[in-house]
Amino acid sequence: MTGVRVLVGTRKGAFILTSDAKREKWDISEPAFPGWEIYHVKGAPTHPDRLYASQSTGWFGQLIQRSDDGGLTWEPVGNNFAYEGNVGDHLWYDGTPRPWAFTRVWHLEPSLSDPDTVYAGVEDAALFRSTDGGQEWTELTGLRQHPSAPRWAPGAGGMCLHSIILDPRDAKRIFVAISAAGTFRSDDAGQTWRPVNQGLHSEGIPDPMADIGHCVHHIAMHPSNPDVLYMQKHWDVMRSKDAGESWQEISGNLPTDFGFAIDVHAHEPETIYVVPIKSDSQHFPLDGRLRVYRSRTGGDEWEALTAGLPQQDCYVNVLRDAMAVDTLDECGIYFGTTGGQVYASADAGDTWAPIARDLPAVLSVEVQTLP
Amino acid sequence: MIKVVLPAHLKALAKVHGQVEVEVQGPATQRSVLDAIEASYPMLRGTIRDQATHRRRSFVRFFACQEDLSNELPDTPLPDAVASGAEPFLVVGAMAGG
Repeated sequence: MTGVRVLVGTRKGAFILTSDAKREKWDISEPAFPGWEIYHVKGAPTHPDRLYASQSTGWFGQLIQRSDDGGLTWEPVGNNFAYEGNVGDHLWYDGTPRPWAFTRVWHLEPSLSDPDTVYAGVEDAALFRSTDGGQEWTELTGLRQHPSAPRWAPGAGGMCLHSIILDPRDAKRIFVAISAAGTFRSDDAGQTWRPVNQGLHSEGIPDPMADIGHCVHHIAMHPSNPDVLYMQKHWDVMRSKDAGESWQEISGNLPTDFGFAIDVHAHEPETIYVVPIKSDSQHFPLDGRLRVYRSRTGGDEWEALTAGLPQQDCYVNVLRDAMAVDTLDECGIYFGTTGGQVYASADAGDTWAPIARDLPAVLSVEVQTLP
Repeated sequence: MIKVVLPAHLKALAKVHGQVEVEVQGPATQRSVLDAIEASYPMLRGTIRDQATHRRRSFVRFFACQEDLSNELPDTPLPDAVASGAEPFLVVGAMAGG
């Protein structure tokens, strides 16, 4: 029977939430990797029971775990993320050069066609790829060795490569986003890269229109329309209609255009979702009201979705990788909070309900629609 | 055989209970013991020391015979009681983080 599996990464372990297609009753697994930070868990599109998880702590470093049974059991695979060639320097917070140093894997993106191929976005920002199910990792050096890289600087959360989008129409096209360098595109399967940030405007950097240096929080794409990208920047919600060549602001009537998460409806390429956050100095919802905003017009015109969400005294955050959608006929929307709640809507955002209330702080949410 | 006590997270990762025992070639040192641990439990590579530099991770400490050996050189011989198996070599996750 068709069902949904929600993969939740938290500060203290991974959790798997499962339901049938009604999405009314949910089972919550025991924590996997209890006590470890799980930045991301994601399944291979072609083999849903093949999952990859990024597991780390400040004590014992980075591990990658792999499951071939939908998360019932896991095996550690390769965890050697070695920068290749000349490591080089990027800018530190004080403007001084600082050598690239690996900290953790923020995001794992399995290939759209091969379950053994998976990409890893890491801090300090670089892109790695494995073609053997995560055993060996090889850096795609063209990104980190881009001429602009010595001018990249970390955002408040570190200099992380947090978003990876594989173009379903063109296997050679990859988008990545880095805080706080911006968005980059490769048209040759990751060998060479160029920044695609024209149109972004960030007042927190010396040249607000610079080619790099923008604190992109997350990017999203609908697979049926891969030339259109949506972006939640530090401030501003943006859209590109030309694969990142140019960007236009679509914040429109949002009450605040700061935020982290952004995603696209599974069947409506112009229906997008954000969770506005008050500001970069106050990482919680405006007025203590947790509201998802939906645009059915590809941005500019937004409506608040509040049914079932707390509308007073709510001061959680929703992090950049903590929103996802299912692909059932009536699209489900999911997001997790730093307060440990996971909210779901089985009607494209009209109504919401918590499907987990008391998890550790949620770092990431991914959703699998199971046959 | 040299007895090694791992912290709880690494025991879970290596799927072991209690202390583990390893045999080393030549003198018992931090390096030879950790080489043996990583050979027996490859999933622990990178969790105790950096994979490239082999430097101890900052929040991992090494204790034995009521002494903190964390800052000893990797090739300094471990105490005789560790080398003989009378006392364990302790890999400890530092108390940190509040």
